[in-house]
Amino acid sequence: MTEELVTMAHGGGGTRMRELLEEVVFPLLGEPLLMEAEDAAALTMPGERVAFTTDSFVVKPLFFPGGDIGKLAVCGTVNDLAMRGARPLYLTLGLILEEGLPFSVLEEVLRSCAEWSREAGVGIVTGDTKVVEKGMADGMYVNTAGIGVIGEGREVSIKGAAPGDILLVNGFIGDHEVSVIGEREGFDLQVSVRSDCAPLGGLVEAMQEAGDLHALRDPTRGGMAAALKEMASSSGTAVELVEEELPVREEVRAVCEMLGLDPLLLANEGKLVAAVPEEEAEKILEAMRGHSLGEDSALIGKVTDGRMGEVSIMTPLGSHRLLRMPSGEQFPRIC
Amino acid sequence: MCLAVPAEVLELKENDMALTELGGVRKDVSLMLVDDVKAGDYVLVHAGFAIEKIDKVEAEKTLELFEEIAKLDEVY
Amino acid sequence: MRYIDEYRSPDILKGQLERIGDHQNSISLMEVCGTHTMAISRAGLRPLLAPTVDLVSGPGCPVCVTSERDIGKAIAMAGMPDVILTTFGDMMRVPGPQGTLVEAASRGAAVKVVYSPLEALALAEKERDMRVVFLGVGFETTSPLTAAVTLQARERGLDNFYLLSLHKLIPPALRALVTMEGFGIDGFILPGHVSVIIGSEAYSFLPEEFDIPCAVAGFEAADILQAIIRIIEMKEGGPAVSIEYSRAVRPEGNPKALDIMNQVFEPEDAEWRGIGTIPGSGLRLREDFRHHDAGAWEVDVPPAQAESRCRCGDILCGRIKPPQCALFAGECTPENPVGPCMVSTEGTCASYYLYDYRKGDDLD
Repeated sequence: MTEELVTMAHGGGGTRMRELLEEVVFPLLGEPLLMEAEDAAALTMPGERVAFTTDSFVVKPLFFPGGDIGKLAVCGTVNDLAMRGARPLYLTLGLILEEGLPFSVLEEVLRSCAEWSREAGVGIVTGDTKVVEKGMADGMYVNTAGIGVIGEGREVSIKGAAPGDILLVNGFIGDHEVSVIGEREGFDLQVSVRSDCAPLGGLVEAMQEAGDLHALRDPTRGGMAAALKEMASSSGTAVELVEEELPVREEVRAVCEMLGLDPLLLANEGKLVAAVPEEEAEKILEAMRGHSLGEDSALIGKVTDGRMGEVSIMTPLGSHRLLRMPSGEQFPRIC
Repeated sequence: MCLAVPAEVLELKENDMALTELGGVRKDVSLMLVDDVKAGDYVLVHAGFAIEKIDKVEAEKTLELFEEIAKLDEVY
Repeated sequence: MRYIDEYRSPDILKGQLERIGDHQNSISLMEVCGTHTMAISRAGLRPLLAPTVDLVSGPGCPVCVTSERDIGKAIAMAGMPDVILTTFGDMMRVPGPQGTLVEAASRGAAVKVVYSPLEALALAEKERDMRVVFLGVGFETTSPLTAAVTLQARERGLDNFYLLSLHKLIPPALRALVTMEGFGIDGFILPGHVSVIIGSEAYSFLPEEFDIPCAVAGFEAADILQAIIRIIEMKEGGPAVSIEYSRAVRPEGNPKALDIMNQVFEPEDAEWRGIGTIPGSGLRLREDFRHHDAGAWEVDVPPAQAESRCRCGDILCGRIKPPQCALFAGECTPENPVGPCMVSTEGTCASYYLYDYRKGDDLD
């Protein structure tokens, strides 16, 4: 292809689109099933219990330290499957491209999709491309749907948290959102924190080998606060966190101090919070720490039979405060 | 309306600005509201502006006072 | 983090709490800074200070005290075709007659959240065809900043930069509070960063005319507790204004910042939501700067809705505590706020609801 920019014709279904797929998309993604270019990928699913999920990705900017929209799109959906105890198998990839998007950007994103789907052990077997007018789609929007299988005895639900359970997290919280804030125009902050975006399927498997997981949640939008609130509400329990045990990097703390943000409300893309039986917590924590994506895992609290849906935090002074549930976007404040 | 953080001045820049650092995070801030700031000073930063220099001597004194109060109570 | 972490040491805090606990009589203290309200709540100090110290929140949340009509002006401006309204994030969810800025943005109004007024200036430079209005909210900590930026706008010939000044002043508000009927507070915890700018002499009328001791406090838990210790000492020793944030506050304040503020602004009467008009408590742009004054624009603002059962006014003056408002935790919650005290994260009601109150607690 000689063009440098995506045009409306590339989404038109004709020869331009054919060229786009055959010369750019297929070679970069490199998936045999995809190249068959059938209307649908016909798959054989081992086992009976299937997990199925979808997510759309609209991150701005498209590239940030530690990742890009392609990596996010692969890992985000893979992780949703992993949170159910499923082994992720296949992904779809839907692209909505803004007219005028440089091909170099598209290619970079596709390369990232290929790299991270290989890393996660999934195949991108089907997809779609549309082009919209300049001014729409912020460069590009991506949607991925994912399918995986849940082995015997491996299914996990957020309803499963039980009073007495211990809460574990696999590392530092708030990294992703801060890495993106640093890139956002205007704030003019220089941070070296990188996004924690990563596929968690392998980590979950290692945890399940070590013990029983009662509940899992990945704290993406809305951060740990939303994830824990949802876990507590769904399982009819209460959650108590210990503030001093929450792993937060100094840089993330600093950004929160400056902008008046709460680390518990910041988005993560490579984290999970697990509720595990008390007697198995140590074993599972050890397994997490032995995995490359869990080296900084920590025990951060417990599940109780307190008021349903309530999440409270114990301060270093021993007093308690209720966790604020995010109702919308967290804006920086000066108050 | 009072969120302000202490940051270290790393270097002075043109247009009355300075590069500051807090906890590894770097930010340019305006020095329009303060005088005689140099690298190594600490300033209180509010919404992109330095509003005062931190008095390091007073900061030390305050900390000592606090620690004293804390120890005194241990004795009793 | 230097000059932050040291003042959060649990050992120091425990020692200070014990010292306060030793005091026999119980007192009620008011803080007048939203950031103090937040800091106290986040550190979990309120329950640890009871019953010796009862902490009351005053009208220190500029978000809470901005009148509905003023928000209405800002929202109306944001909807004008060639206007970009820039604002601190704090203001986005405050309800005006037409809803909030978040809702206005979803209806197509050009609203941009900024961390610093410098960003608004940069935007004005970049978008010469647009009128960039900066929503200037905040007390004396923030008004020197908007003054500095307005001076810059004039210097650089950026006549598409405008300021909508809703700034307010603390000392006149304090005077209005202490002269209110039924006001019974034993001491004030004064706002540390406002005081960085205005110094401590501005508050001397409190001990001198009204016998009320007060202490200027920083924002770390140890700073706040130290201010409380000092006020208790002054109750016995004689009221005065004491600076307990000496690493940042000088008795004369920051003269350069004050000078810049005075070059650009002059005092005017201002309406405080839930309280009413307080003389000389607001700031408007001086005549010299009228061409940067969005406050002078003709704007259509729908009439403010009557807040019948909302008792933010009483809460802001410390007359009642949130649970004593019939709407609290029922109709009025952080997810569905009725009045500004619940909207703002550091509003008294929001703070109380999130940090000090358990669902099902007895509301006395």
